[in-house]
Amino acid sequence: MAEAPTAQKTQKPIVPFLRLPENPSEQPYLAGTRCKTCGAVYLGARMACSKCFATEGLDEIKLSDKGELHVFSIVHQSAPGVPTPYVAAIVDLPEGVSVRCNIAGVEPDPKNLKFGMPVQMVTEAIRTDREGNDVIAFSFRPA
Amino acid sequence: MRDVAIVGVGMIKFGRYPEKTVPELAAQAALLALKDAGMDMKSVELMASGNLYQSNAMVGQRILQIIGQTGIPIINVSNACATGSTAFREAYFAVASGAYDVAMAIGSEQMGKMGLLGGGGMGGDPAYSTEGVLGSGLMPAVFGMAGVEHMRKYGTTQEQFAKVSVKNDKHSMHNPYSQYQTEVGLEDVLNARVVSWPNTLYMCCPTGDGAAAAIVCSMEKARQFTTKPIKVAASILTSDPWTQRDLTMPDINTLTRNAAKLAYEKAGLGPQDLDLVELHDCFATAEILHYENLGICGEGEAGRMVDEGATSIGGKIPVNASGGLLSKGHPLGATGVANVCEVVWHLRGEAGGRQVEGAKVGLAHVIGLGSACTIQVLEKV
Repeated sequence: MAEAPTAQKTQKPIVPFLRLPENPSEQPYLAGTRCKTCGAVYLGARMACSKCFATEGLDEIKLSDKGELHVFSIVHQSAPGVPTPYVAAIVDLPEGVSVRCNIAGVEPDPKNLKFGMPVQMVTEAIRTDREGNDVIAFSFRPA
Repeated sequence: MRDVAIVGVGMIKFGRYPEKTVPELAAQAALLALKDAGMDMKSVELMASGNLYQSNAMVGQRILQIIGQTGIPIINVSNACATGSTAFREAYFAVASGAYDVAMAIGSEQMGKMGLLGGGGMGGDPAYSTEGVLGSGLMPAVFGMAGVEHMRKYGTTQEQFAKVSVKNDKHSMHNPYSQYQTEVGLEDVLNARVVSWPNTLYMCCPTGDGAAAAIVCSMEKARQFTTKPIKVAASILTSDPWTQRDLTMPDINTLTRNAAKLAYEKAGLGPQDLDLVELHDCFATAEILHYENLGICGEGEAGRMVDEGATSIGGKIPVNASGGLLSKGHPLGATGVANVCEVVWHLRGEAGGRQVEGAKVGLAHVIGLGSACTIQVLEKV
């Protein structure tokens, strides 16, 4: 039986601001926007700056893969199908923008988490989408 | 703008009413408010109906189809947890502007046992769902992290947050409208299962059903309807301004601070003049933050305030004498109007066993995540 032609399966980011370079020597990174007028930094692309309202000079920047833990919560009850417990957190990046993420690589217990602790971004395939593509997500772990 | 008075309020006991429709719940509250004002529907010139989960289903019109189809303008309002309070503000402005003399605000919601505000389910391929993968956008974690930020800044403890639940549960014992009227001890709160640390089960408001209504009238006509008009000294609505983390971690503080500043300016008074506060304690952590946001204590003093019992009935400034969202319940669209009812009852001296004695000025605060903040300052005339 002849094999049916299949579409090229690929890796897709869970959110648009996670960039997965095609060149395997380049690491995945988070993309942001810096407003040239006021310096505000955002995750992903922007139509305008919500701090100073500028509509031009909104340049894409590559965000650091290292940051600091700002705050966290240990989630024990979540939506159906979400494994618990886990560490939900806000990580501050040196560019002046924050990221909502999971903290991986630690037992989900407040005593393992320190305010300001350095964390490092990692990526992994977490699911397969309806077209069979690998969905790539990021998380941060203690650096 | 002219002075506006509240001349009638009513609410049903929050709880679970699976056998009723949303308009039926709301109609009960509306009839109670009409009775309280000694008027019928033909006196009402405009109605604002707040409801979140049926916001595409003309709830306001369906209420009047039950209690009186007078053909008046109806505004259906949806503004997250600030839905009911935003509807109240629409009624207030309709009268304050001089366009109408009498307007009614109704807030209603039927949540059943949906849990966690029906979290997840944004449509599209579930493989791209970020919940539990990129942290959490669900309210228990959002308010958990907001509390943890206060811990980070001021060393606030989980026990101090837990004391908020103990206090509000205790207050609810005297509120017949409260979904729960159960006293819970500190150890019970701390030992309950964790929903999203530092909030345990008893530090999270319940889901539920409910409705509340308030009738506002020009001050000059108020005494036609009541001997105890309550002045709306300020009705403020703000949204989230730009702050550095807001788009990632909803900043529930700045828009409340902005609303409080505007409210005190408009009312011509300050936090030291308040006799009671009903604030948005959707989670125990939130209440602590709002003490400082509303200026009823200094920066970093909120934990100590609850330690000292300053916000209990009989304390310096009672907060959530009704039992708050934590005990009274939080049927989203009803909450903002129910807070107004509660403050009105205290200012009239009709709050029964939970009465804040001699109350002359009260503040009702609501936050809707996403974000919206309302503050109503009410004054005994």
